[in-house]
This record gives sequence, structure tokens and C-alpha cells, in this order.
Amino acid sequence: MDLNTLWFVLLGVLLAGYAILDGFDFGAGILMPVARTDRERRVILNSIGPIWDGNEVWLVTFGGAMFAAFPELYATVFSGFYVAFMLILFALIMRAISIEFRSKMESPAWRRIWDGGFFLSSLLAPLLFGIALGAVMVGVPVDQNGIYAGSLQDIVAPVTQPLYPLLVGLLTAALFTMHGALYLYLKTEEELQRRVRRWMLHGFGTFLTLYVITTIVTLMTVPHAAANFERWPWAWGVVIASVLAIGNIPRAIFHDRPREAFFSSAVAIATLVGLVGIALFPNLLVSSLDDRWNLTITNAASSQKTLGIMAAIAAMGLPFVLAYTAIIYWTYRGKVRLGSHSY
Amino acid sequence: MDVVLLSRLQFALTIMFHYLFPPLTIGLSVVVVYLLGMRLKTGEAIYETAGRFWTRIFGVNFALGVATGIVMEFQFGTNWAVYSRFVGDVFGSALAAEGIFAFFLESGFLAVLLFGWDRVSPRFHFFAGLMVSLGSIFSSVWITVANSWQQTPAGSTLVERTVHGRTFMRAEITDFWAMVFNPSSIHRLVHVWFAAFILGSFFVMSIAAWYLLHGRHVEFARRSFTGALLLGTFFALGIVVSGDLQAVNVARTQPAKLAAFEGVYRSESRAPLYLFGWPDDREKRVRFGLSIPGLLSFLVHREVDAEVAGFDRLAKDWGQPPVWISFQSYHLMVAVGGLLATMAVIALWMRWRGTLWNARWLLWAFVFAVIPAFGGNELGWVAAEVGRQPWIVYPTVVAGQVTGGLKTADAVSEVVEAPEIIGSMVMFGVLYSLLFVLWIVVLNHKIQHGPEPLPVEPDHTTAADYLEAASRRPAHEGSMTEPKGAP
Repeated sequence: MDLNTLWFVLLGVLLAGYAILDGFDFGAGILMPVARTDRERRVILNSIGPIWDGNEVWLVTFGGAMFAAFPELYATVFSGFYVAFMLILFALIMRAISIEFRSKMESPAWRRIWDGGFFLSSLLAPLLFGIALGAVMVGVPVDQNGIYAGSLQDIVAPVTQPLYPLLVGLLTAALFTMHGALYLYLKTEEELQRRVRRWMLHGFGTFLTLYVITTIVTLMTVPHAAANFERWPWAWGVVIASVLAIGNIPRAIFHDRPREAFFSSAVAIATLVGLVGIALFPNLLVSSLDDRWNLTITNAASSQKTLGIMAAIAAMGLPFVLAYTAIIYWTYRGKVRLGSHSY
Repeated sequence: MDVVLLSRLQFALTIMFHYLFPPLTIGLSVVVVYLLGMRLKTGEAIYETAGRFWTRIFGVNFALGVATGIVMEFQFGTNWAVYSRFVGDVFGSALAAEGIFAFFLESGFLAVLLFGWDRVSPRFHFFAGLMVSLGSIFSSVWITVANSWQQTPAGSTLVERTVHGRTFMRAEITDFWAMVFNPSSIHRLVHVWFAAFILGSFFVMSIAAWYLLHGRHVEFARRSFTGALLLGTFFALGIVVSGDLQAVNVARTQPAKLAAFEGVYRSESRAPLYLFGWPDDREKRVRFGLSIPGLLSFLVHREVDAEVAGFDRLAKDWGQPPVWISFQSYHLMVAVGGLLATMAVIALWMRWRGTLWNARWLLWAFVFAVIPAFGGNELGWVAAEVGRQPWIVYPTVVAGQVTGGLKTADAVSEVVEAPEIIGSMVMFGVLYSLLFVLWIVVLNHKIQHGPEPLPVEPDHTTAADYLEAASRRPAHEGSMTEPKGAP
């Protein structure tokens, strides 16, 4: 495997890792209205309390790795999608503020405001991520200099597929809602857990519906999406894994194996990212103006030397990251316990 | 309005707000590690009390540092796309290292540090605190290395690259370690760390002094103040040495920057050092100044008769940095450093003599000294970055020719327009103002509340114990019926 392909895959791993981990953080926020008392809200907040910050690092590393491995992509997308990225930053900062400051005061009004902020920002961010991803899948105006040549409208509602980015945005929000519900089920007890259980099923249903619609629309309207699946037979393995993982979610729920359901959801997210990657490869950003002007893993990349150094750093560092992340999650296993230091 | 100016303004405002938090995080992390270590070693309650208090404050600062930090990472791409294309290859490895080694480490173990008081052993808790501190220090390494490369590029070469219809120059790495250990990395790293440790200690002393002046938590405050004072004095004196060494290095590697710092319009031997002044670009001299003749030559070259290069020596297309801002920020920073070092030494002397706790005037000074401590950290960066202008990546002079480098004015994103930047600036302005107010309100609330006596674990044998346990029910801490530690 050449370095450019390796970093395409690693970016996918970082993106999948982020989606799996911060995905349930967002899901928990979206499900905040399910809580009815202050204590229940604190339980939801503290289910992600210790770990949400570490989860967000996957986004920081994903962005940093994109900057480093494919600077042309990073520069074109971040500057081209300016408004979208600023709104994403707004949502992320609002979420951080809401989580950090919410319980610092006793006042119910104060707490309600930040609960609202937590909910809205947790809903907004996945929508925006999905919209950006949808725009990338459809293709955006990239001119012959590899520079974005469109406007905000080309991202949110591109002329050729006006509803597609929004569809992917809704799919992302539904996916994280389901994922978050599965996570919360593991962390909550009693009455709150009973209500969360209903949302596990609502979430799955909504996700499945949107997923089927999105897949159909993708195959019909995004022409290059299926090309790689014909070229590489093994790619169908990812499709099958994805279907099995998604199918196992309701099965595990009904067999009262919530941990298995959550892990299936995580696998589903990973395979979905995999499918997006397979569909895109070797492009990074498809130009809707002319196929020859695509940003690819070759023309958008850093030098081989840099990719090699980065690979060495990743090889050294990732095992440690995975190891202590596992240790830390294990430390916070089990139901939420509110303590003197909780949010 | 001009896109370059707007992008620069936005970057300046967002980075200066962000930079309130990382040095405080780094400085406080050292305090926290010390307290957790002492708790592990001695088991004394006061270390746990102090640890819980300072960790709570640490947590808030950390979260704000992360939230405002993501903005910076995104902003390279959103507003400085040309710069990103130029430096991506070189930054690549530094940023990858920062993410993989530092960010995951500090953010991951933060979970245990903040929330693990009642969950993990004191040993693991100490380890977690140590990892958070190392992680935060380590992350400062990589970003400072990257910025230092912009100031004194090394280990890289300029390469022509073509993406479809566009040909441009970009820097590509040739030697990773030469890039990391470029001519200014170490000086700047040490200086950044010292400034962070100073801020951490003055922050602690500010709060401790406030408690002492109001006769609250006296034992806790005295011990906090003393510990921080030792830390602060050492680094406040150390930073003077670090600053001197760094200035000598700047004179060698970025003479135009030093000329801006000291208002050296014309090269001269026996160059004077200005204590303060008003650089005038039109008249090409420093007005209303008080200077010590020959001192600048001495400091830079260790020889009074040596010549300090001025702007008259500037290469033709180089461009002069903004002198007034560079001069004033640099001088103010030095003044702050002098003030803090002086205060620390006086306080240390008085502590040794046993007169410190009665010196209310000095304690009041320490309550407010945290503000210039923040200021010093910011001013240093203003001086460094403004003095670097008009370059965003410094060029090198090869055979009298200015080669390489990238000018700030050429580095902005190609497609972003002024109204978009105004919009995002307004958004940040509103968000960060809110964030600042919240930060102060919450900090104040925690300080007013003060360190809490430790939660007592009753063993449920007497009526008083049951009463105690019952009175804790509203917070849902602990259970009367389940053994401690049950899931």
C-alpha cells in the first residue's frame, strides 16, 4: 500500500473514530429533552462528562491530519466551506460552554438555558457535518486550479442535487441519536432508562428509513458512487458487514443485549465511513465542473517524506492512544454515579 | 474592508483570547501534579483539599482552552488557505505529533483527573494528573516548534508544485529533526514554558492572597501562596535569563525584528537601550525616550562598541515590520517581567523574615498581579508575531538575494470575502465575550466558595452518622444501604 493510500485510510479511521465516539456525545445531547428532572439531566450530562473532551480530540486530529497529509484538500475545503465551518465551530463552542457551565450555578433558569444550548448545539453539529459530507459526495465546483469556485448554496443545496446534503445531514443526526440512545441505555437506570429504551427503537427506525432513502438516492444520482464496488469485489464485504451490523442492532435490543447493540452501532458507523471512503477513492474532493479537476490523494498530498514521517508518528502513537483510551473508558464503566465533582 | 486586514484582525483576536487558557493550564498543571504527588506520598488531608479545589478551576480553564483551540486549527484552513498550502508539508509532522502524542494524552487522562477522585487510587490519580500536565506541556512543544519554523525556517526547501492549472511554491521538509530543532525552537519553548509557570504561580498567589486578606482558609492560603511563590520566583528570575538569550538569538536570526523591538532605525555602534519611548516612523527615531547609551550593543553583542543593525540595512524587498506595536509590546512585556520578578523577590524575602502575612499592601498587589501576568504572556506573542511582519514565513537571504518565505499579505484564502469574515468576527466577538463573562463569573463563584472540607465517609454506626449520611441525600452522593464502591 502506498503512503497516499495509507493516509486516505488513516483519515478514514480518524473520521470513523470521531463519529463513533463523539457520535454518542452528540446523541446524548439530542436526547436531553428525554430527561424530566434536574437529576436526570445531570445523569445524561455526566454519562459523557469525563470523556467527551477526549472524544473531541479525534476531530482535532482528523483536521490536523488532513492539513498535514493533504494540505490542498484542507485549504480548499476549509476556505471554500467557510460559512459551514464557522457554524460548526459555533456549535462546538456552544456545546462546550453548555456542558462546562450548566451545573456551576443552582438557578433553574440558568440550567434550563444551558440544557437548551446543549441540545441545540448537539443537533446542529451533526447536521452540519452531514451537509458537508453530502456536498463532498455530490461534488462541488472546484476549478482548474484546485480552488473552490462556488458559493454557500453549492454546499447546502447544490443545483444538481438540491436535497442531498440536507438528507445526509438528517441521516447523520438520526444515526447519532440512535447511537447516543444505545449508549445512554448502558449508562442510565430506572425511569430514565425506560424512556431511553423507547428512543433506541425510535432512533433506529428513523435511521434505517433515512439510510435506505439515502442509499437509493446516492446510487441513483451520484454516478461515481458505485464505480469502485464494481472494480473491487472485496468492497462488497464492507456492504455486507454494514448490513449485518445494522441488522444486529434491533436483534440485540430484543435479546436484551444492550452492550452488543451499542457495539453493533459502532461497527455500523465504521462501515458507513468505510463505504463513503470506498465510493470516493482515489478522489478526495470531486469537482462538479470537470472530473479532471478533482482533488485526489496524489495531487492534494504532501511530499512522500512527510507522509512517511507522519506514518511513523502514527504507528508509534496510536497503540498508546488506543490503550489508555480503553483504560479510561474502563474506569468509567457502568451506570452514571453523580459525585461531588460531576457536572 | 480589506480581506488581509480582516483575516489578520480575526486571527489576532481569536488567538489572543485562546492564549489566556493554555499557559494557565500548563502552569496550574504543575501545581496540581505537586499536590497530587504530596497527597500520594503523605496522605495528608490538606493536599486532597487543595488538590480538589485547584483541579476544579483547572478543569474549567482546560475546557475553554480546547474550545478556543479548535477555532485556531480550523482557522489556518478557513482564512489562510494559501499559507496552509505553503506550509502543510512542513507543519504536517509537527501537527501529527501534537495530535497523536499530546492532545490525546492530556484530554484522555483529564477524565480521570477531574472525575476520578472517588473512583481511582491516589496512585493512578497522580499518574493521570502527571499525564495531563505532560500532555499539555508536550502540545506546547509542537505548536511552538511549528511557529518557530515560520520565524527561522530550517530543515526544509522550497519546491515548485503544480495542481492542475496552478503552479506555486511550497515548503517541503528535508530533515525532520533540523526542522524541529530550528534556530529558535529551544529559546522560544523555554521562554513560553517559563511564562506559563509564572502565570500559574501568580494565579494561585492572587487567589491565596485574596483569602489571606479576608481571613479565610488561612492555612490553605498560606501554604498555597508559599508554594506558588517558590515556583514563581524561580521562573520569574529564570525568564530574564531566557529573554536575554532569546534576544541575542533574534538579533542574529531576525535582525529586522530586533530593530523593531528597540526602534533601531539607523545602524549604530554603542546602540542605546530604551526603557520606554515613542518610535516615530516619519522621523525615523524614538521620541520621548529614556535610554541607556551602549546598553543595547552590549546586550546583543556583549560589546559596547559593536554595531546593532538598523532598518537602513534592510534588504530592498524585505519590508519593515510595524515598529510602534513591536516596540511597545516588547517593552511592556519586559516591564511586566521586571515587575513580577521584583514582587516575587520582595515577597520571598519577607516570607523568609516572617513579615509577609502582615504586609497587606503587598498581598493586595499580588491579588492584582495576575493581570499583568496574563498580559506578559500575550504581549510576548504580539511582539513576536508583529515583529515578524510583513512575513508569515521568514525568507532567507542567499547571496544578497531575498529568497523563499511567504508574505502575510499573500497568504490569505483565495475565495473568502470580506462580508464573510466580518460575519465570523462578529460571531466570535459575541461568543467570546459571553465566554469571558462566564469564565469570570464561574471562577469568582468557585473562589468565593473556597476549598471544601473533605466529604466524610460515615461508617453508619451512630445516630450522628446516619444523620450525616441522610443530610447528604439531596446530592445523591453515597448511599445508606449500599456498600461503598458498589456499581
